[in-house]
Amino acid sequence: MSAPAIPSDPPADYLTDHTVKSWLLTGDHKRIGVLFLISVTIFFFVGGAAATLLRLELMTPKGDVLASADAFNRLFTMHGVVMIFFFLIPSIPAVLGNFLLPIMIGARDMAFPRLNLLSWYIYLIGGLLGIWILIFGGVDTGWTFYTPFSSMYSNTMVVTAAVSVFIVGFSSILTGLNIIVTTHTLRAPGMTWFRLPLFVWSHYATALIMVLGTPVLAISVVLVGLERIFRVGVFDPALGGDPILFQHLFWFYSHPAVYIMVLPAFAVVSEIIPCFARRPIFGYRFIAFSSIAIAIFSFLVWGHHMFVSGQSMYVGAIFSVLSFLVAIPSGIKVFNWTATLYKGSIRFDTPMLYALGFIGLFTIGGLTGLMLASLAIDVHVHDTYFIVAHFHYIMVGGSVMAFLGALHFWWPKITGRMYPEFWGKLSALLVFAGFNVTFLPQFLLGWLGMPRRYFEYRPEFQVLNVMSTAGASILAMGFLLPLVYFLLSLRQPRNAGSNPWGATGLEWQIESPPTSHNFHGPVLVTCEPYMYSPEEAEREYAHEQLVHHS
Amino acid sequence: MSSSSITLEEAAVPARTETLLSHHFDDVEQQSNASILGMWFFLATEVMFFSGLITAYTIYRALSPEAFRLGSLHMHVWLGFFNTLVLLTSSLTMALAVRSSQLGRRDRTVWYMVATAVLGAGFLGVKAIEYSMEIEHNLFPGVNFQVPAEDAAALAEISATPEELQQNLGHFQIMFVLYFFITGVHAFHMIIGIVIVLIMAALMKRNWFSGNGTTQIEAMGLYWHFVDIVWVFLYPLLYLIDLSGGH
Repeated sequence: MSAPAIPSDPPADYLTDHTVKSWLLTGDHKRIGVLFLISVTIFFFVGGAAATLLRLELMTPKGDVLASADAFNRLFTMHGVVMIFFFLIPSIPAVLGNFLLPIMIGARDMAFPRLNLLSWYIYLIGGLLGIWILIFGGVDTGWTFYTPFSSMYSNTMVVTAAVSVFIVGFSSILTGLNIIVTTHTLRAPGMTWFRLPLFVWSHYATALIMVLGTPVLAISVVLVGLERIFRVGVFDPALGGDPILFQHLFWFYSHPAVYIMVLPAFAVVSEIIPCFARRPIFGYRFIAFSSIAIAIFSFLVWGHHMFVSGQSMYVGAIFSVLSFLVAIPSGIKVFNWTATLYKGSIRFDTPMLYALGFIGLFTIGGLTGLMLASLAIDVHVHDTYFIVAHFHYIMVGGSVMAFLGALHFWWPKITGRMYPEFWGKLSALLVFAGFNVTFLPQFLLGWLGMPRRYFEYRPEFQVLNVMSTAGASILAMGFLLPLVYFLLSLRQPRNAGSNPWGATGLEWQIESPPTSHNFHGPVLVTCEPYMYSPEEAEREYAHEQLVHHS
Repeated sequence: MSSSSITLEEAAVPARTETLLSHHFDDVEQQSNASILGMWFFLATEVMFFSGLITAYTIYRALSPEAFRLGSLHMHVWLGFFNTLVLLTSSLTMALAVRSSQLGRRDRTVWYMVATAVLGAGFLGVKAIEYSMEIEHNLFPGVNFQVPAEDAAALAEISATPEELQQNLGHFQIMFVLYFFITGVHAFHMIIGIVIVLIMAALMKRNWFSGNGTTQIEAMGLYWHFVDIVWVFLYPLLYLIDLSGGH
């Protein structure tokens, strides 16, 4: 075989061309990642604003901040829809997956650059439609669009919301398609499957769910739309339809969607932990295969959302057992990360603080998930704040922590600049503390019986609700802080160097920010990932101290 | 430095007629593998999309087998059969297009693709005739939908209670909701397919493709066969529930 013809790399980095056109028509995976970063950040703060209003309303038992219970319903729906479909699902895969995955496997771009750009435009169209709904009326069904309320009774913009979710789904499918094909076909010579960074394994598993799950969501929201427009009874019991069928179709996607949100978080943590513990990851293959196992199990557990929906008790029991099984691969990951820390030479830089916070919060979220997978407990706490607290521990404590950790870890690579370490650590601590103060009380509230999605509540719940709102304000500070210092860091000269963390991995062996084609020549991979040495790290540290003190 | 690298890059870009290799692929084979694999995974998405609909079909048919049987009797079995033949033939011409592009016979490839598109359009024409007849008989779901008198009577006979009758009548309509929706989505896929086949035939005619466009035509062929196979499932599910033909 003749040597592959490598096009010579333009000397400039990927950020050099400043024209708007060069951004809007780019095929560069790194630029598309940055475009996604900007858009998901905007949606994160839109969803966060909705959350702020919700928490303000819930400070007092009576409804007083918002105009009506109806406004409250619309707000929590928008909070859910924006955070899940417009922020969490694209957050890590479309931003960091896009930016890093080709570099990590030694490729010059994603397999389908134009589809990649198209996925951003599709996302943008769906997102703008979402904003349109927010401004011109809203939706009051909750992000779950349960029928027959959504299809027959709600007087809000359900059809528009369905269209918006349908459109955004295609963006997710295209991202998934690109990740799968890129991983299969564009690995550099020597980059075998078991030399792939775990980041890639986890994203591959995520992409499988995106490709196989999203179309089922698409079909369920389209059926809701049809039922509303034509007044036919696909899900309306009055017309012979079955509302439970909607729940089955919806959760067939939306349970795996939880893993679309959290598998990329695993991806990030699997990169950060070995780097700051200076040890090779413990149990590489177990972590890799546990990602695939989670992707498979994720399709078999949707019925645990429906224990009280009237589905057969035996079906409920089977779903309960299957849901417990998810704990095995998740547990494998948590134990392997902690085993990686053992005898490591641990440094507590900001990304590591976020990653450690992730492990703790994800573990709480996961263990309470086991409680909810038990039929009897779920019947007791179903539709209470216990559920709300549980999934926020997974999605905020898990995914958002990991997203922030990833941004701090790879910010030097993306922009070529360091963020201020002190403020970074402070933000990690604020997020961790604020998060726990916000959501631990919600576990208690749910256990005591406070139902979710209510505008008003009984006065005895007020103390815990005030705690939760106070925590939310700390959390908001923790989220605003990185926004400020990341943006300010862009005014600094490029000071990061190519590898500020002394990390392994191909992305750290090229310039920061990378050049347009990532690598200057052919890439040949000759070793396993995560070749860290704790002993060497100790020696380096001792040397640094010596130099520092002399 | 910069000028020399620009000339290098220009030199590295091969003439369009030889090969159209994107910068991020090492060779044409890798590029071709990526396209075909991408199409397979896209089809996996499509399978899941139709699976959701067929799940809904299965559940409602299991709940009211009789309503679905009666509904199915209103389908035009012979038109459907004819359409099945048309579609299978279009798959043949598509396969022949792929083969002739592999053999480098561009003109033939173009004609096979045009034939594929014509057969696809024929399928849609027959489908349109079927739809119009069904709409004329008030079988289109929604405000104008009417359960035909003999079907209502038959369903009344097997229903023990008024509630059960209501359910069965509802499921009779759902049969048509699913029929129109699933075949409509299928027809939508056909329209997309025809447009792309025609565009590719035109590009082929103008020698736009590198090589013989084999990769592109293969990927297109996969899509076309998939749409064809979906119909092979839909035809028996919707038309052939009861071939005895009587109430």
